[in-house]
Amino acid sequence: MMNENVKFFQGNETCAEAALYAGLDFFAGYPITPSSEIAEHLSHRLPQIGGKFLQMEDEIASICAIIGASLTGHKVMTATSGPGFSLMQEALGYAIMTEIPCVIVNVQRGGPSTGLPTHASQGDVCQTQWGTHGDHAIIALTASNHQDVFAMTVDAFNLAETYRTPVILLFDEVVGHMRERLILPKKGEVPLVKRLRTSVEGGVDYHPYLPREDGRLPMSDFGGVHRYNVTGLFHDMWGFPSDNPRIVQDLLHQLVDKINNNVHQIARLKEYYLEDATTILISYGSSARSALHVVENHRLRGDRLGLLELQTLWPFPYGLIREKCVNAKYIVVVEMNMGQILREVKMAVDQPEKVFLANRIDGVFITPMDIRNLLGLIQGKGV
Amino acid sequence: MLLSGSGGQGVITAGIILAGAAVLHENLIAVQSQTYGPRARGGATRSDVIISDSDIYYPKVIQPNVLVCLTQEAYNTFYPIIRPGGLLVIDTGFVEPKKSVDARQKALPIYQSVMQEIGRPIVFNICMLGVVLGLIDLVKPKSVMKILETQIPRTFLEINRKALHLGMKLAAGNQN
Repeated sequence: MMNENVKFFQGNETCAEAALYAGLDFFAGYPITPSSEIAEHLSHRLPQIGGKFLQMEDEIASICAIIGASLTGHKVMTATSGPGFSLMQEALGYAIMTEIPCVIVNVQRGGPSTGLPTHASQGDVCQTQWGTHGDHAIIALTASNHQDVFAMTVDAFNLAETYRTPVILLFDEVVGHMRERLILPKKGEVPLVKRLRTSVEGGVDYHPYLPREDGRLPMSDFGGVHRYNVTGLFHDMWGFPSDNPRIVQDLLHQLVDKINNNVHQIARLKEYYLEDATTILISYGSSARSALHVVENHRLRGDRLGLLELQTLWPFPYGLIREKCVNAKYIVVVEMNMGQILREVKMAVDQPEKVFLANRIDGVFITPMDIRNLLGLIQGKGV
Repeated sequence: MLLSGSGGQGVITAGIILAGAAVLHENLIAVQSQTYGPRARGGATRSDVIISDSDIYYPKVIQPNVLVCLTQEAYNTFYPIIRPGGLLVIDTGFVEPKKSVDARQKALPIYQSVMQEIGRPIVFNICMLGVVLGLIDLVKPKSVMKILETQIPRTFLEINRKALHLGMKLAAGNQN
């Protein structure tokens, strides 16, 4: 009677299983609360399938190890939390510059610094976009329940391969640690994007940074049949350093445009009751669960409340947000930080003065009551 | 339901087992989450379990129908939030109830019974689960045993079974 595809998993275990489903065969990491269960789970599971699990000396080594392993042809991931994610920023920029696919999970905790290791926060949203230096674009996905943690994790691997870029999975302590039902998709049920490899044979010149007509860059497993250079410096189609202004400008455009010009392909969001909503909540990650709780309860009373749940945080889908919120009288961003997505929403909509923040920054998971109180205030009904 | 105590008593594990039994063997929707400090032992710990037949959004417990307190600190912290008319289970060895609450209060010597009958403190949490299952119709004890069979070493299975049944017996002796 028990369906073996039905699991009762922690969010972190779900992420680890989804990564395996997506083809993960190399993980290097350094355990840190609240992400440690991802490493723990993979330390059992990867050896079972012939994959490699490495516990590194720190987070800098962890991200460097996965970048190297990806270049040799593996699907790779590392997992950390705020302090470790800070250490990874330099190499994150290297992966962006060298266009090496990889997935980095940040299960957020309270910050700055070592902050609140075991408590909920969504304070790393802007760090994910701008933590590493220089102009660049990034893809960051998030989820509020385990079925979506699974879907977004598989998606992260697919997007990393499609755009040859690091993808950040920005989860949080609540989703990472809570347990709920997960229905494991069957093999083949969710499409997977394979590594695009060059058709250039061994012994023939291979240009690692010469895009095809569709803009994509076929890869050659490093250490295989081709010799080529990889550098964090601006580089030409051979991968050799260059400060030629034309080459510099073109490469920077390639890095940013390949993501920002595809914002509609990368945008993932869920809509609840937006058709007739006069007040729209915008939320993401675990906060979206509290927001949905409020929306479902208020709908029972006939209140025209809707929810827009963001699953892609970066690139931020400004156009879609503007379009969805055009008829809303009030927009309330629900998040556990001091307004990091609020700022983006204000930039997206026509009337930024109708955007409000319902937040919590004390390590306590935002409650439906917190949101309800704010709604009462802005609608002039009091708490 | 809110299971509370001190780090190391196994309240988080007990919550996971109970919610897992509901999802995997009773076809229910359940969410388990927890709040804890950075310490492996000591400190106030809470394990939130919501069992439902429909989707659960906010995963934390606001007003528990069932509240279990295994330490005085947990009792002092959480007894005010119990839903009026709910069930409050406390261990007489650890908790001195101070005030009367608007709930069905069961004070049972859970820890003392475990030590007398089994002699192993590690099954304290499973005995507590037995008490809860004995007091309310939530999930079948058989479903909990099925979870234990897949999650703990076989050599420990028997004392866990004993502990679960001991808890149910304690509850039965205390049914009004």
